[in-house]
Amino acid sequence: MSLFDKFKPIIDIRAELDKVGVMPFGAVTEKILSPTEAIVNGQKVILAGTNNYLGLTFEPECIRAAQQALAEQGTGTTGSRMANGTFAGHVALEQELAAFFAKRHCVVFSTGYAATMGMGSTLAGPGDVIVLDADSHASIYDGVRLSGAEVVRFKHNDVADLEKRLRRLGERTANTLIIVEGIYSMLGDQAPLADIAAVKNRYGGLLMVDEAHSLGMLGAHGRGVAEAAGVEAAVDFTVGTFSKSLGAIGGYCASNHPELEAIRFAIRSYIFTASPSPAVIASTRVALRLMQERPQLRDRLWSNARRLYAGLKELGFQVSPQVSPVVAVTIKDRDQAIAWWSQLLHHGAYVNLVMPPASPTTDSLLRCSVSAAHSDAQIDSIIDAFAGLNPAAAHEASH
Amino acid sequence: MPDYNEFLERIFAIVKPFAKQGIILNEKSELVTELGLTSLQVMELIEQIEDHFDMSIPLNILPDIRTIHDLAQQLEKLSQ
Repeated sequence: MSLFDKFKPIIDIRAELDKVGVMPFGAVTEKILSPTEAIVNGQKVILAGTNNYLGLTFEPECIRAAQQALAEQGTGTTGSRMANGTFAGHVALEQELAAFFAKRHCVVFSTGYAATMGMGSTLAGPGDVIVLDADSHASIYDGVRLSGAEVVRFKHNDVADLEKRLRRLGERTANTLIIVEGIYSMLGDQAPLADIAAVKNRYGGLLMVDEAHSLGMLGAHGRGVAEAAGVEAAVDFTVGTFSKSLGAIGGYCASNHPELEAIRFAIRSYIFTASPSPAVIASTRVALRLMQERPQLRDRLWSNARRLYAGLKELGFQVSPQVSPVVAVTIKDRDQAIAWWSQLLHHGAYVNLVMPPASPTTDSLLRCSVSAAHSDAQIDSIIDAFAGLNPAAAHEASH
Repeated sequence: MPDYNEFLERIFAIVKPFAKQGIILNEKSELVTELGLTSLQVMELIEQIEDHFDMSIPLNILPDIRTIHDLAQQLEKLSQ
């Protein structure tokens, strides 16, 4: 017995992949050419697995703002938001995000993980209850585990199951935090938020929605699934990230509850880490403004999503349950998924390989995410790369 | 509410299809190391028990469960 025994499954998978000459995890982007193209593992590829939904990573205005902040404010804050790490830019971004979400308060975190994990671990504590969607992101699971609260899962997107669990809690719903996501990261399916909000309003509790994969994508202003469903008033805490549609890194929580201003000083992932660097804050502020000024980016993104979804479906692949900027192809056999990931790379398309337990079921996924920056021709090239595979094999059971 | 034996009986019935072939189940059977259940299968097992007994099982009890006996004991405690 040793400390390392528990890592054997990971060591074995790495050895297996090494033997077949494929390393999908931690693939090296040797040169990034644009929001949609790069050299990955020596191959020039179209990037179809980056979460760069609005394609803002090379936006000149964002880069100029980051360069200016870098020159004027230095490379890092070297401190916590609670100590020396709150610069004027951090406060301005919080105010701009609050205004964007039409909420009174906002807290900015160093990463999206820190935001969701921090809120999940702090809002509820011993004696409280957290009811979360079973397909919630790892950052949510990590947070609720740290909270000390009683943690109950409900079946993914199953509102009747959520209702059943809230009903069983009785009066304890007053001390209950419900956690769901807007768009789920692996399959791209949306939460039935109107129904979830109705159940929450009926039984009580507070509702936190992670809009990491829906910010800038849904709703008249791009505020996410809650806006699209018309239930923003029922959402107590909106959390998310700057590392997807805003093309940088960082996270946030927006709320109308005035307690958030005090809660921020109880969140360990806010206090015990350095604040985002000035350059990151500067580019995020510009990206947030551009996202609002350019709703055409959203239209372009959905047009690309529909094109890729239809193309892969027509080829016979088992795609996600609904059209979304995340288009995931389900494959029963893990070895098949690994082989196809490698073939896609050779055919010029980089996608994400997702294997259990990261995937929501025992199946593997070839997960694509589209960008507003993709051209029609690039989407067609991604479809062509998939056409070189054999869709029928995706449905065969694992052996 | 169901007692220990009722929980035990149901767990045996639910676990059986998940367990490695040829293994005879008993109270001391370890779910992961002996029966070979993956983390996803453990969650599926929990869901099936929840549906059958119309109860919610908090994730917090999972670290204390290694064997079928542990699970039945925790469920009995929850139902009290």
